[in-house]
Amino acid sequence: MEVFVQQLVNGLTLGSIYGLIAIGYTMVFGIIGMVNFAHGDVFMVGSFIALILFMVATMFLGLPTVAALIVVLVLAMALTGLWNWTIERVAYRPLRGSFRLAPLISAIGMSILLSNLIQILQGPRNKPLPPMLPGSIHIMGEDALATAISYKQIVIMVVTVVLLAVFWWVVQKTPLGRAQRAVEQDAKMAALLGINVDKTISITFVMGAALAAVAGVMYLMYYGVVNFSDGFVPGVKAFTAAVLGGIGSLPGAVLGGLLIGLIETMWSAYFTIDYKDVAAFSILAITLIFLPSGILGRPDVEKV
Amino acid sequence: MANDNQPANTPTIDLGAAVRDAVIASLVMLGLAIPILALKTEQNMDNRLVLEPRWHYVWIACALVFAVRLALTLFIWNRKAKITVAKGEQTPTIMSGLVRVLKPFSGRAGLLFLVAYPLLALWLVGPQGSIKWIDNFGIQILIYIMLGWGLNIVVGLAGLLDLGYVAFYAVGAYSYAIIATQVIPATFPELGVWSFWICLPIAGLLAALWGVLLGFPVLRLRGDYLAIVTLAFGEIIRLVLINWVAFSNGYAGISGIPRPSFFGIPFNASEEGFAAVFGLEFSPIYRTIFLFYVILALALLTAFVTVKLRRLPVGRAWEALREDEIACRSLGINTTNTKLTAFSIGAMFGGFAGAFFAARQGFISPESFVFIESAQILAIVVLGGMGSLFGVVISSIALVGGIEILRELDFLKQIFGPHFDPAQFRMLIFGTAMVVMMLWKPRGLVSTREPSVFLKERKSISGSLVKEGHG
Amino acid sequence: MSQTILKVEHLTMRFGGLTAINNLSFEARRGEITALIGPNGAGKTTVFNCITGFYKPTEGMLTLTHPTGNEFLLERMPDFQINWKAKVARTFQNIRLFQGMTVLENLLVAQHNPLMVASGFSLHGIFSTKTYISAEKLAMDTAVYWLETMGLIDRADDPAGDLPYGDQRRLEIARAMCTGPYLLCLDEPAAGLNPKESNDLNDLLMTIRKDHDTAILLIEHDMSVVMKISDHVVVLDYGVKISDGTPDFVRTDPKVIAAYLGVPDEEVAAVEAEVGL
Repeated sequence: MEVFVQQLVNGLTLGSIYGLIAIGYTMVFGIIGMVNFAHGDVFMVGSFIALILFMVATMFLGLPTVAALIVVLVLAMALTGLWNWTIERVAYRPLRGSFRLAPLISAIGMSILLSNLIQILQGPRNKPLPPMLPGSIHIMGEDALATAISYKQIVIMVVTVVLLAVFWWVVQKTPLGRAQRAVEQDAKMAALLGINVDKTISITFVMGAALAAVAGVMYLMYYGVVNFSDGFVPGVKAFTAAVLGGIGSLPGAVLGGLLIGLIETMWSAYFTIDYKDVAAFSILAITLIFLPSGILGRPDVEKV
Repeated sequence: MANDNQPANTPTIDLGAAVRDAVIASLVMLGLAIPILALKTEQNMDNRLVLEPRWHYVWIACALVFAVRLALTLFIWNRKAKITVAKGEQTPTIMSGLVRVLKPFSGRAGLLFLVAYPLLALWLVGPQGSIKWIDNFGIQILIYIMLGWGLNIVVGLAGLLDLGYVAFYAVGAYSYAIIATQVIPATFPELGVWSFWICLPIAGLLAALWGVLLGFPVLRLRGDYLAIVTLAFGEIIRLVLINWVAFSNGYAGISGIPRPSFFGIPFNASEEGFAAVFGLEFSPIYRTIFLFYVILALALLTAFVTVKLRRLPVGRAWEALREDEIACRSLGINTTNTKLTAFSIGAMFGGFAGAFFAARQGFISPESFVFIESAQILAIVVLGGMGSLFGVVISSIALVGGIEILRELDFLKQIFGPHFDPAQFRMLIFGTAMVVMMLWKPRGLVSTREPSVFLKERKSISGSLVKEGHG
Repeated sequence: MSQTILKVEHLTMRFGGLTAINNLSFEARRGEITALIGPNGAGKTTVFNCITGFYKPTEGMLTLTHPTGNEFLLERMPDFQINWKAKVARTFQNIRLFQGMTVLENLLVAQHNPLMVASGFSLHGIFSTKTYISAEKLAMDTAVYWLETMGLIDRADDPAGDLPYGDQRRLEIARAMCTGPYLLCLDEPAAGLNPKESNDLNDLLMTIRKDHDTAILLIEHDMSVVMKISDHVVVLDYGVKISDGTPDFVRTDPKVIAAYLGVPDEEVAAVEAEVGL
């Protein structure tokens, strides 16, 4: 029982990180119908930015860990947002239109570009940090079977829930969110009604990247090590989460993320760690084949 | 940015706005550069991370962005009429000029050149020098041309977005490897020398079978979803190959794969070897040249089948499927079967190519079958454009040959110092090239489609009318 | 009284909470042009989609009877078989031509099935056997025949997307006819046509009816087309049949007038009760 609860906690934490990345995928797909292949690598860039800023904050500015993390969070969100804004302007906006393949290839190229850029600029080796925020709250069990939820895990889950609530509120209640939903439904009509479609789309990309940056900071804090190749697999898993939860739905993305995190953790704990990535890809394939609109998504009927 | 608001042909240049624009661009560059470019994370003696500043790179980058942006605004964007990339119009540029210039090579002249190529290389640089040119360039490019032509059936003709084509490549390679290294020696060892020729059709058949198995559940998905699922399948196959060690030997791969023989005569230095039989002095070049002709023949087979099938109802149905699936169904076409045939025939050629790849390398591992390969092949097909066979040839030569050429650019070592290794930048350049090429030619290099049949006159169809499939 | 070719019985189509078609029954007869009319949103295209297999009806039966007596239960058949076996062809409200293919190619794609059979799943085709070559010639002749009938023969090698609007509509009809249908379903064929083109369309449809023994089921808003050439008119409103008969009968039916033009406020409740809303 203790193992189960511990894995539950671990899975929910991992799932929260996936959920944060998944929101970015779902928002961009919702608004321009494009799978942003490079989003996983944007997450990776965010984690590197967080790493370097954190080192600056703690080593040069001498800030305590918690304060440093907050500062890093805010700055990383801003800077990663800038990265994604630039990527959208340069590589996607000119290709917006009736072509489906061109933005896709461009996104794949961008993904390759980003991971190799970081590899060249920062070196291919793992970048480890000393562990942060040690300590945990004991839940049950004794000694070897002690089940605890660490402070880090609490922070991650709380941050995810808070951000989900904030962004969900933005999408549902603010004029910006209304504009996003309008562009999602009918971009041409939205433009005719005076909505600045380009700006709305740009803001969506920035929002997605900001959340990916938060995920990056969380990832850095939780695992303590980043690597340039950490973009692809978490990216696919997060995309799986977005699809599973229903593409276009924010709560769905987080729900999907939690599910994927739980499945991955449980699988590794109870079966074998070998095929855990296969599990994620298989869930993706199965969901797309049998339940393409996901759990919380709306099925679309094609007009004949 | 600023140029969006400028009318198409302004005679006057607003220098102030252009400079402001360039300053903003370089500020963006500054934001991007901090901290990734500015500070490098290194591990010091104690294996702890430290930061090393590289501010001079940041200033150089910002200055470069400023200058380039200013130059673009002043000289290029003002002169040209606004490029409506999204609408499908292609402005006449260098590359389409290049296509026109190379067009005569798309027929017999090109074929002749390909056939004569190894002999040409041999004559120009001799046996030692030409191995590199025939193998790393010739054979490598031809493999990708064949893969591109195979994927072209799926993506270019039928309009099905397949991001997991590498899976069929892997099936072909591993079937040949396993049958040749384990099955044949255990059952019919005398046939060892014929391994490649026996396994080639088997590899293709197995790959086609996988095409049907994988295609069946997924082909009713549209566009992006089909792409993602095929990507997932490609990755699943790779991960299974890594983890199912008993079957595939995992990361260690399979080695000692027999090379193709000259129809029963092996290419070695022995008495029964090719050189001895034909009274020549032994040289590894013979096998290399033979391999070149084998892949050339396989690639030409792919092209031949494609051209033939395009003229038959099945090929026309593929293209009609790409144009409008619902209209196809209303005309009595079983679109599921049509998609499956495209998928499995494309898979079959991928399988052939995989078997050849295994035979040429002598060693395979799951590392050769990563997603990047699928992406590369897809990029080749998309850059080729319009389901055009010739387009695939040009884009293969450009992408694959271009990257290989990097290894030859030794003179760059003199500019950037002896530690500069251009090959390290291979993938970076490749990714950048993909983005740049899509920005430049979103519909590909070849911008017209040739009809498969005509009544009186063959008229090329403009690319703006041709659909991409699953629209 | 000619025999029935299509019998629609108690057809109901529900999308979630919305009932698009409610208990619709009517018959289309061989050698006749039957028009399906009604205000926008009445459910006419939905009826077409049910008949041609693009939607699966929630309830009801759709029976197609060939002159030979063969019956086909359309509500159970997949869309492509409805064309191939039951020989029902259709055109679309928003023209769905193969824009990137030539006019001739469009017509050859329509003859896919006979050509596939003749090509022996492409084997005969690859080896260019006599069977295949003669089948291909037949297909070409059929295509040329229709091109000449439609007056499109000069544009045979042009991309379909380059044709003017009226020609594209005619090409779509020609393409549907190339499948040799017993029932041709046309979804607003006169949309966007000027009066002269509408007249040409009338002549064309009458020719098809006469020379090819093809029954026509037609959705149309252009009353000049409907009244002039239909033998039988069915009127839909809010998914319910409100009138069924000859053009003259329907034209003067008060229920139809009410649906199109409305009634004075006092009569609204009465009309709604009568119609069953």
